[in-house]
Amino acid sequence: MKRKLALSAVLIASGFTFSTSTMAETPSATMLAYTCVGCHGMNGNSHGPATPSLAGASKDYIIEIMDYYASGERVSTIMGRIAKGYTKEEIEAMAEFFSKQEFVPAKGQKFDAKLAKKGAKLHKKYCEKCHEDGGASSEDDAGILAGQWTPYLKYTLADMMAGKSHMSKKMKKKMKKLHKKAGDAGIEQLLHYYASKK
Amino acid sequence: MSNFTRRKFLKVTGVAAAASSALAFSSFAIGGAKKKVVIVGGGIGGATAAKYLRMMDSSIEVTLIEANKDYYTCFMSNEVLGGDRSIDSIRFGYTGLAGHGVTVVHDWVSGIDADKRVVTTKGGKNFPYDRCIVSPGVDFKWDAIEGYDEKVAEKIPHAWKAGSQTITLRKQLEAMRDGGTVLIAPPPNPFRCPPGPYERASQIAHYLKNNKPKSKIIILDPKDKFSKFGLFMDGWKRHYGYGTDNSLITWVSGADGGAVEAVDAKTMTVQAAVEEFKADVMNIIPAQKAGKIAFAAGLTNDKGWCPINGMTFESTVHKNIHVIGDSAIASPLPKSGYAANSEAKVCAAAIVALLNGGKAPQPSYVNTCYSIIAPGDGISVAMVYAYKDGKIIKVKGSGGLTPSEFDSDMRAREVLYAHSWFNNITADVFG
Repeated sequence: MKRKLALSAVLIASGFTFSTSTMAETPSATMLAYTCVGCHGMNGNSHGPATPSLAGASKDYIIEIMDYYASGERVSTIMGRIAKGYTKEEIEAMAEFFSKQEFVPAKGQKFDAKLAKKGAKLHKKYCEKCHEDGGASSEDDAGILAGQWTPYLKYTLADMMAGKSHMSKKMKKKMKKLHKKAGDAGIEQLLHYYASKK
Repeated sequence: MSNFTRRKFLKVTGVAAAASSALAFSSFAIGGAKKKVVIVGGGIGGATAAKYLRMMDSSIEVTLIEANKDYYTCFMSNEVLGGDRSIDSIRFGYTGLAGHGVTVVHDWVSGIDADKRVVTTKGGKNFPYDRCIVSPGVDFKWDAIEGYDEKVAEKIPHAWKAGSQTITLRKQLEAMRDGGTVLIAPPPNPFRCPPGPYERASQIAHYLKNNKPKSKIIILDPKDKFSKFGLFMDGWKRHYGYGTDNSLITWVSGADGGAVEAVDAKTMTVQAAVEEFKADVMNIIPAQKAGKIAFAAGLTNDKGWCPINGMTFESTVHKNIHVIGDSAIASPLPKSGYAANSEAKVCAAAIVALLNGGKAPQPSYVNTCYSIIAPGDGISVAMVYAYKDGKIIKVKGSGGLTPSEFDSDMRAREVLYAHSWFNNITADVFG
């Protein structure tokens, strides 16, 4: 009995050795996150004008979006190519790192106060349920919209509206209603609203 | 039996004594106080390493030695040549690093004593270190092209280190008559910024198209292919009539006699492998090798680049000296700004762990590189890298080029992301 146990222990140990020699160890969260910040800014707060800030977004949200990029469910210029380079564990580690950083709203983005006011109304009616606190919350696992870089939001929404990028059923329904009521101008107003949030 | 035990005992204690004296010696050698890292070169690699070392372990004393007070980024310097960007927008100082507690010394490093672990400067100062990082960028092989040396390069700039030569080349383009010829001679592999010469041709073509449309660009290349080849060709067709009789750009490959053999600065003539070419403005980018100090410190191999361990970037020639950036052989990582930034962080993490008696952590690296073909038309290449079985490897399935089927909207986005990248990486390095 003892011998059998000892033998299986040896097998487990050798099996372990085998797997570590063929598979690279997962780098630490900071090691991974530091490779992102060259494009996304220190601690994930982007200096813009287009690359989004990652800081403060929820861990689950970042994992979900990286998944969409890697699978192509969300179209991208470069993120799809990069997202495919990481394992599930690595993406989780990065997401954890950025979720713990404090979000700094985009600096110096211009907006039209009148359009932002209209956008605020649209947000409240169509978006607030999922993008809480005027799009500033991360606890809703829906990303931070308030103070995010506008071109990124604009591209993402345009791709979703064109059916090129994944949009949840709920969001599809709400966006359809919003677009029916306010048209392309309504989407523009929403963007001014998010840019107005400092 | 008792004899054996005694011998065994002696052996064990002997080892223990040696180990403890070595430990005592090393802490004595560093004054029993702060650990010192000296960084040679304040470009993208060196400046990133300095900042991240301080961020990761503020107990480490970091000294950065750099000859110049200002650094001009090579990336985006082609936009300065094209006229859409000011030279000031690519200039960065070192006050940000000082704010992180880095001691910045403006001096020229003349030697590194690997045994005594001391860096010596032209200014006559000695800087002892526990670990040294060498990040000198590239130097040129001045004997590669007859008639082209450091002195001639002031008149016929390479502009492959951004700054005064970027300004010279821009002024020459501005002064050139409409109908003039601009000659660009890219270097043979390997060299800093593989897509750079072709982005440069694009940016100069953009300037000429709008200001001196009768002018031409001739690229005399020793190579038959280059980085982002298909994407550049497509872009040149879209914007500069490439492939037509009226093309603004002519590219002469190595196979077609593109290799430049001699330059006559007086007559502004270039002797290529087959033909002679005359030009109004010339940009000769010579073959490259590791920076001067890498040779002086004996860090190079027979090909003129520095072999390193990809996990720590420690030289495989000299212990306690790490080499990062363009001088290092970090292939498959390219010689690019983003790679230097990524290497610096891996190197800094390794040094912090090693100085604290730990083991170098598992690395992860990224490269992202944008080229702007015309305003609102950008392309990119990216890759994720890992360390496996003693080597830096490309992560399978990741990275690659901008898809050739991208429409103008997507390529316009690439430009906005390229400019974002510039803002973020420079803040990451110098901020």
